[in-house]
Formats: sequence, structure tokens, C-alpha cells
Amino acid sequence: MMDFLTQWAPHLVEMFPQFVDSIVQTLIMIVVVGSISLIFGVIFGVILVVTREGDIMENKIVYTVLGKIIDLFRAIPFVILIMVLGDVTKLVSGTSIGLKGSFFPLIVGTIPFFARQIEQAIAEIDRGLVEASEAMGLTPLQIMIRVYLRESVPSIIRATTITFISLIGLTAIVGAIGGGGVGAFCYNYGYSKQWDDIIWAGVIVLVIITIAIQTIGNYFVRKTTH
Amino acid sequence: MITLEHVSKTFTTKSGYVHAVRDVSLQIDEGEIYGIIGFSGAGKSTLVRCINLLERPEAGNVTVDGRELLKLDASQLRESRKKIGMIFQHFNLMRLRTVAQNVAFPLKKSGLSKEEIARKVKELLELVDLSEKANVYPSQLSGGQKQRVAIARALANDPKVLLCDEATSALDPQTTHSILKLIKDINQKLNLTVVLITHEMGVVKEICDRVAVMEDGRVVEEGSIVDIFTHPQAKMTKSFIASTSTTDRIYDLIEEGHALTELGEDEVIVSLKYDASNATQALISEISRTYDVDCNIIFGNIEVVKDTPIGTLIVVLKGDPEKRKAAFDCIKRHGVETEVIKR
Repeated sequence: MMDFLTQWAPHLVEMFPQFVDSIVQTLIMIVVVGSISLIFGVIFGVILVVTREGDIMENKIVYTVLGKIIDLFRAIPFVILIMVLGDVTKLVSGTSIGLKGSFFPLIVGTIPFFARQIEQAIAEIDRGLVEASEAMGLTPLQIMIRVYLRESVPSIIRATTITFISLIGLTAIVGAIGGGGVGAFCYNYGYSKQWDDIIWAGVIVLVIITIAIQTIGNYFVRKTTH
Repeated sequence: MITLEHVSKTFTTKSGYVHAVRDVSLQIDEGEIYGIIGFSGAGKSTLVRCINLLERPEAGNVTVDGRELLKLDASQLRESRKKIGMIFQHFNLMRLRTVAQNVAFPLKKSGLSKEEIARKVKELLELVDLSEKANVYPSQLSGGQKQRVAIARALANDPKVLLCDEATSALDPQTTHSILKLIKDINQKLNLTVVLITHEMGVVKEICDRVAVMEDGRVVEEGSIVDIFTHPQAKMTKSFIASTSTTDRIYDLIEEGHALTELGEDEVIVSLKYDASNATQALISEISRTYDVDCNIIFGNIEVVKDTPIGTLIVVLKGDPEKRKAAFDCIKRHGVETEVIKR
């Protein structure tokens, strides 16, 4: 086995500790950025739904302004967003490179996408359920949590799965222009030095992470659907 | 229990204003089952939503159990709503919660302990006869069972009023019957005031004490169910009543010249309308015995409305003109409304 690896992937064997480090960094990014974006995505997604026309807290100004801000950030390609945010990232994280410098642009890039996904997921809730809950005397906050969010758990999990997988792509981009993780590892050693085995190792790892997230997502969707 | 005074509700749409409810005043007493009937678009669903302010009327007064709802703030209104249960045409159950969790839904944060909630849920499921389905999800239930769950949920906060918005319109006739029976049962057991919206006269006939007929946002006729059925005034009411009876078919048959309506020289077709006071008399056999007039019943529709038999018979009378006239007078004397349809 070892002979096989040294023959076919000599650089990977040489750089193996850095490789493992990069995987850990990517996983940290996915978990930390994903969790923070989930919280904000849910908050903004719920605000978008309840302030839309005819909903429980209809508010044209909030709905329009929030929607436009989200669209604005979604319109900027992520590579450029990282550059635009450069100084702010330094201010927030102390640096704009490496793992530490990756979090902020990733969060800013993920939240708008997540918010729209969550919005779509909970917008499917039947108006009748909301009406029934209002008739039962629930407060708007209770309706948001116990009806909109609770009743769309499978859709929210589906949205989360899609967002996490697209987040993998973003971590690679941020890695290629100064961040950390598998993307940085591939770029710095694979692409720059033309060590193909490093690039392929990165591809395999990212594919495995993607499949794992999708599988876990599917499992929980199945478990929560009735 | 419920008083609506000059309630109006207008919706603004792109094509202008829609007057869904126009100046409606109603008085619904404690413990009665009150029907509101109308075709779709008559404003009945909006009207029932004005009772718990799911739709806020722009004019008028809404009083439920002595509280003027339009004067309450948001949190007082929520408290009042807990005492006004509501069920819907499409049940509106929570898909991701079991039957028991659905029934417990309104009880969360009500100050009851877990054990008390569990006991209450058990009682309610027994009441609607669904105990064995407690841990099943709504997707596995039939329409009638879903509506039973919805009724149990609506009763969770011990309401004084139950609003039923087309509650049986998505159900087949047999299931409709069993749901209506359940509503009547809980109405009597819990002295619950029930307001029932429907477009089917059959539903009203089966359980309502009083009924309001709505057309174009207005109440065009209102009264006790027996009065409405025996002496309908508004055109709309008459057409609703005709929809539940088969005797109007006679007019079509006469027009078609059906063999049934071919008359001999000494025959006439008459309709006899019975109401509560005379339906139990043996009138037909009496006139054929006393006046020597043959009676051939070609159509009949006798209903029991509120335990009162009322209905219409279409009869061919055969005999001498004088004898027929005497028989006719006799029938009239008994208080039966008569009309010669064809001679």
C-alpha cells in the first residue's frame, strides 16, 4: 500500500500532514460558517415570509429593503465579494488570509443564499395552518416558531443540505485566494507546482464530503417527513 | 352569546372594492346551532371570520360572550380567541405532528402541566372517538377522521363557541352525516354555541336550530329552521330549499309531457305542503274514504327538520268535480297548503 502511494502520489505522501490539516480546516469552515449562516438565514428567511403581503406581520418596507440587500449580495460573484470585503475582513477577523480570514467572507457570502433557501422552504406552509393558529390565539412569534419553522423542518433540512454543499465550493474559492482549507492546499501545492496527485486528492476529499452531507441530509429529511 | 351589529367588511382588490359583508346584524343565542347558508361568494366565510376577527370589519360591533372584540388589544383578543374554537373545510392540521400532538397544540403554554395536558388530550380523543389513532400522523387518516382531530383540537381550550367554516364540504355524504352528528353531540354535551357555514341546505336541515340565508354580502332571510323550511320568503331561500327536495321535479315532468302527468278528465295534480302541525294526520286516507276521491301519490318528500316532520306530496286526485272540491276544502281546513299544479 505504502509503495503504491509513494509511486503514484509521491507529493501527497510528502505533504500528508498539511493535507490532513487542510481537510480539518475545510470541515471547521463548513461547520462554523454553516451554523452561523443557518441562524441568520432562518432569521432573515422568516422575516421575509412574515412581512410579505398578506402575512401575519405584513410590512412592505422591511420586506422590500431586506429583499434588496439580500439580492445585492447574491449578485456579487463570490471571488469579487472576497476582494470587496478585504478591509472589513481584516477589521473583523484581524487578518484577511488563512483559516481565520476565511470565516467572514464565507459568512457574508452564505447568509443571503441561505436566507432565500429558508424563505422558499417555509413559504410553502399552508396559509390555513397559520389561520388556524391565529384563531387559536397564538402570538406572531409562536406562529413563526411552532408553525412556520416547526412544520417545515424537512424543507429546511433540504435547504440546509443544498446550502452546505454550495458552501463547500465557496470554501475552495476562498482557499484559492488566500484562505485556508482543501482549496488552498490544492492551489498552493497542486496547481502552482503542477503536482497533479495533490489536486486529485483534493477532488476526492471534496466529493466525499459532498456525498456525506447529502446522505446525512436525506436521512434526516426521511426521518422528519410524515 | 354572539352579537353582530351592522358589520361590514370590504376588500380592496386590483379591480376595485369587493363588499364581502354589508351591514349584517345577527344575534346568536347560547347553546344553539346557528347556520349561515349561501353560495360561494355570498360572504359567509368572511362573516364567520368577523366573529373571531380573523377578518377585522371596518364598521359595526362584534360581541362574543359579553366582550366587544373590536375594543380589545392584541393580547386580550388572543385570550378571547382561545374561547372561540374554529374548524375548517381543509382541516388545517399540522402535518408533522401526531394526532395527540395536534390536539395538544393549543394547550402548550396554557399553564397546564404535562400530565394535565395528556389527560385532556385523552379525554378529547375519546370524545371524538379517535383514541386508537393518538400516535398516528394526519396523512394516515381519512377526511372524516381529520375533521374529528380538528374538532378535538378546537375544543382543547374549553371554548364557548365553535365556528365551523364549511367543515363538511370536503367530505362525502356519509362522513358529513357522522361529523354533523358529532357536532350536535358536543353542542348538547358541552352546551356549546355552534356557528356553521355551509352551502348545503342538507347540512342546515340536519342540525341547525336557526339559519341565516346570505346573498351578495347581506342576510336576506333569517329565522328558525322550521319556519324557513315551511314559509321561505326570499327567492334565495326557496332555491336552497328546492335543492334538497325532489318534488320540484314535477314541473319538469309536466313540461316534458311525461306519462305520469297525463290526466284523465276527472283528474287534477295538486301539491300538498305539510308542516309541523299536520304532518302526522292520516289525511290522504281520510279524504279518499269520506269524499270518494282516489288519491295517487306520484311524488313525495317528507323531511324531519328539528324533529318536526315537514314536506310536500304531489298527488293526483281523481273523482267528481264537486267531490274533489269538498276534499280540497277538507285538506285546507287541516292547515295543509294546497296548490293545483295541473288540471
